[in-house]
Amino acid sequence: MKKLINKPEDFVRESLEGMALAHSDLIKVNFSPTFVYRADAPVKGKVAVVSGGGSGHEPMHGGFVGKGMLDAACPGEVFTSPTPDQMFEAAKTVNSGAGVLFIVKNYTGDVMNFEMAAELAHAEGIPVQNILIDDDVAVKDSLYTAGRRGTGTTVLAEKICGAAAEAGYDLKQVADLCRRVNLNGRSMGMALTSCIVPAKGTPTFELGEDEMEIGIGIHGEPGRERMKIKSADEITEMLALAIIEDEAYTRTVREWDMEKGEWVEVELTDEPLKPGDQVIAMVNSMGGTPISELYVVYRKLHEICEKKGLKIVRNLIGAYITSLEMQGVSITLLRVDDEMLRFWDAPVHTPALRWGM
Amino acid sequence: MTVTTIPKDQIVRWLRRTAQVLEENRDYLTQLDAAIGDADHGINMDRGFKRVLSQLPTVEDKDIGSVLKTTGMALLASVGGAGGPLYGTFFMRAGMAVGGKQELTAQDLVTLLQGAVDGVIQRGKAQPGDKTMVDALLPALEALREAVEAGDDIRTALEKAVAAAEKGMKDTIPMLAKKGRASYLGERSIGHQDPGATSSYLILKALLDTINETA
Repeated sequence: MKKLINKPEDFVRESLEGMALAHSDLIKVNFSPTFVYRADAPVKGKVAVVSGGGSGHEPMHGGFVGKGMLDAACPGEVFTSPTPDQMFEAAKTVNSGAGVLFIVKNYTGDVMNFEMAAELAHAEGIPVQNILIDDDVAVKDSLYTAGRRGTGTTVLAEKICGAAAEAGYDLKQVADLCRRVNLNGRSMGMALTSCIVPAKGTPTFELGEDEMEIGIGIHGEPGRERMKIKSADEITEMLALAIIEDEAYTRTVREWDMEKGEWVEVELTDEPLKPGDQVIAMVNSMGGTPISELYVVYRKLHEICEKKGLKIVRNLIGAYITSLEMQGVSITLLRVDDEMLRFWDAPVHTPALRWGM
Repeated sequence: MTVTTIPKDQIVRWLRRTAQVLEENRDYLTQLDAAIGDADHGINMDRGFKRVLSQLPTVEDKDIGSVLKTTGMALLASVGGAGGPLYGTFFMRAGMAVGGKQELTAQDLVTLLQGAVDGVIQRGKAQPGDKTMVDALLPALEALREAVEAGDDIRTALEKAVAAAEKGMKDTIPMLAKKGRASYLGERSIGHQDPGATSSYLILKALLDTINETA
């Protein structure tokens, strides 16, 4: 293992310490328990948007804390969900009284830890909502698996919901918007190489020189299918078509009923993309793929979208939701309406995403 | 020798032994997890029980329920992943089931494990056969209850429970995972032993070994 680390067990903390020093105008970092929060939190009268997950996906989520996006982010150990005490303390710190939205990627650990945190926040009198992101079309089935994983749409949802909270949306409105973003977003990823978890020191999976893994998540977990490597155009086509031709997907999720103070099961179905739709297209590096290759992918993606009648109205190209040093790419298409687009365009100033201010 | 009660100091020794066993099996559990999950189970459990070790001195003079609840809270705040809420709930619910006690009878042990396993099932919603820790825990609970009802002493009953957990753990090998990250592998999850079922077996076996050591 060759990495720019000191000791594996210090990696997450030292990285956060550096980030806090580099962006002291935007963020602060709390330790024991660990969370990143807006330097000006709590923002009076504003719904707080909080997310979190395992480390190793940087810049997500800590890099998205700041004006117009997240109020706090809870980083766990590498690829390990953070714990309820982190989320609860973060919620208490950034809650202005208008309540807290937890944006949760659909992984078993993240879901259970955020559910326990929501129960703690509720008991403390903090209005709280949990919205799951489950956009990974590589997972076909929700009945016999833990359901679709939360991937690229998370980044777009955090931007859009952060802007809506900044614009004065109340908790229910921000939660409804987040659910709608999730139901309109779809992603698919692939890996050319594995990644190495620092505490483990060896690749998470073995991939031959001439092989690739299609349908990966973001934790170096093996994907749906392993095959001989193909050209960038062929890979882009596989990913894009898996998204564009994906059929309606139905899942049952648990959401928090604030009035009753209990979990309720909600069945949600999304609608497939269709000609005429406007989309935000994200081409995302898994960490080790250079932006030059991402543009090769975007070139083909643009052509495919045109052919399918999808209009790319905005794009985001770069490393935003990564798996450490993994080489690979994920594509996300988010169907947008005017409301989502307005919040996408709204000013944002975070360590990793900045425009309009 | 017949064992009719488990005093509190044995519960504390069980937790210390568990920490040692999980440290020894850190790489083994992580390798099992790398095959079908995300390669962190051994690392997380080792970190969690190190936190438990650091907090045990603050509750050693309290009752068994407090010791177990503190263990659960320590795991909840340090393990992360799915293991944190599940093992956190396991020990918190175990503690709630035997609150205030300084020693456990065979029946108390059944009550303890019943509370713990119920908690895990409620939190994780796994069914038997989903290739999770439930596949080791539920057979162990059933074997323990049957043995105690038949009049076995604690040691004999625990021997049967641990044997059932071991069998349950091995039975996860041919199973198709339906929960957690392993479920995304579909057919590719078949042929691998579930890391959560394995850590559950190791934790129960550590209790038996603790009792054998002093009996």
